[in-house]
Amino acid sequence: MGELKPTRQVTIEGGASGTSGFATTKLEALLAWARKWSLFKYPFVTACCGMEFMALTSPRFDGSARFGAEAPRFSPRQSDLLWVVGTISQRQAPVLKRIYEQMMEPKWVLAFGTCASCGGFYDNYATVPGIDKIIPCDVYVPGCPPRPEAVLDGLMLLQDKIQRGATGDRRPGIVKPREDPVRDLVQLRKKSSLEQGNS
Amino acid sequence: MSQRVLETLKEKFGDAVLETHSHLGDETAVVSPERWKEIARFLRDDPSMAFDMAVDLCAVDYPDRTPRFEVVLHLYSISKRHRLRLKARVGDAEGEKAEIDTLTDVWVGLNWFERETYDLMGITFKGHPDLRRILLYPEFEGHPLRKDYPANKAQPLVPYRTEEEAGVPLDKLAPFGPDEGMPFGRRVFAVDRGES
Ligand code: SF4
Repeated sequence: MGELKPTRQVTIEGGASGTSGFATTKLEALLAWARKWSLFKYPFVTACCGMEFMALTSPRFDGSARFGAEAPRFSPRQSDLLWVVGTISQRQAPVLKRIYEQMMEPKWVLAFGTCASCGGFYDNYATVPGIDKIIPCDVYVPGCPPRPEAVLDGLMLLQDKIQRGATGDRRPGIVKPREDPVRDLVQLRKKSSLEQGNS
Repeated sequence: MSQRVLETLKEKFGDAVLETHSHLGDETAVVSPERWKEIARFLRDDPSMAFDMAVDLCAVDYPDRTPRFEVVLHLYSISKRHRLRLKARVGDAEGEKAEIDTLTDVWVGLNWFERETYDLMGITFKGHPDLRRILLYPEFEGHPLRKDYPANKAQPLVPYRTEEEAGVPLDKLAPFGPDEGMPFGRRVFAVDRGES
């Protein structure tokens, strides 16, 4: 889990040399391919992570159109990817569950941010400690709020999961940090102190 | 700043003003809860007081004191430009009889503040037109900002899924450490103190 590997199941034969190029694939793989490139999202935006969600979907990061997930659907019946963006309070929990239940199969859930993934620092009477306590969750994107790159990683993990299909690995994906900024900082500091010592 | 307000209050209400306190231009008067509404009405209507704006109403729980709760009201006068903090102490050690008169008929805007104070702290405002919970749900039992409410007790509306149902571990998933990725999360301190 965790690495972003392209899964290649489509073979193209004779396309370059022959005049009648054709492709073979399994129907299931084709369906999965179609699904993973046409996600219709339902944004369930409740808190500050929503700001980062807007940054993600705006042109600089272009987090939806590149994935064929451009059009949000504000009706759960027409959507297949539920974005849970932000803190879910106990009082909101029944609403979230109902929205999830109203969505048609096949459907996926993405937990955007630490609050949606595990409750974050709201460890109290008011907040649900992670949406997976209420509904199944396919991808967790930790971060408070997560960087847009992390969310893109999450989307790709989700695409991998969709491509694996019903028989593949069904465990939820978790986005790992691309790099540990603290480690680099420490190295930089060591380097500069070495240079100063030498001169 | 509004020393004069305190003087007038003491002159007019005598014993009903239990304590006064001034610090850096902030004036506080602790008054007897029986005369809460009378004093409030005077503060609003008297031309030299003219407190036409109720800024905030809340309550504080002091579990070691009797009476246990302090209801705190912040007032401001737009025309006279002075402020006053008015307090009243109510409730016994068990948190019973935490009752005080409503001020909704003095400042209408206090309606939701009183509902919030009732919801989170359990102060009953006698005569309030619609004393229901405002932030929490009706099924909630107890009042979470009281010091004897367990800090991590939740009352879920939707029963949580069990790990058997989900088929995956729900309690902790890497990379969520004990601090949940948040250096200021409460669990970090619990770990530091060796509690969990
Ligand atoms: S994870 Fe952080 S930014 Fe996102 S909703 Fe929670 S507190 Fe806000």
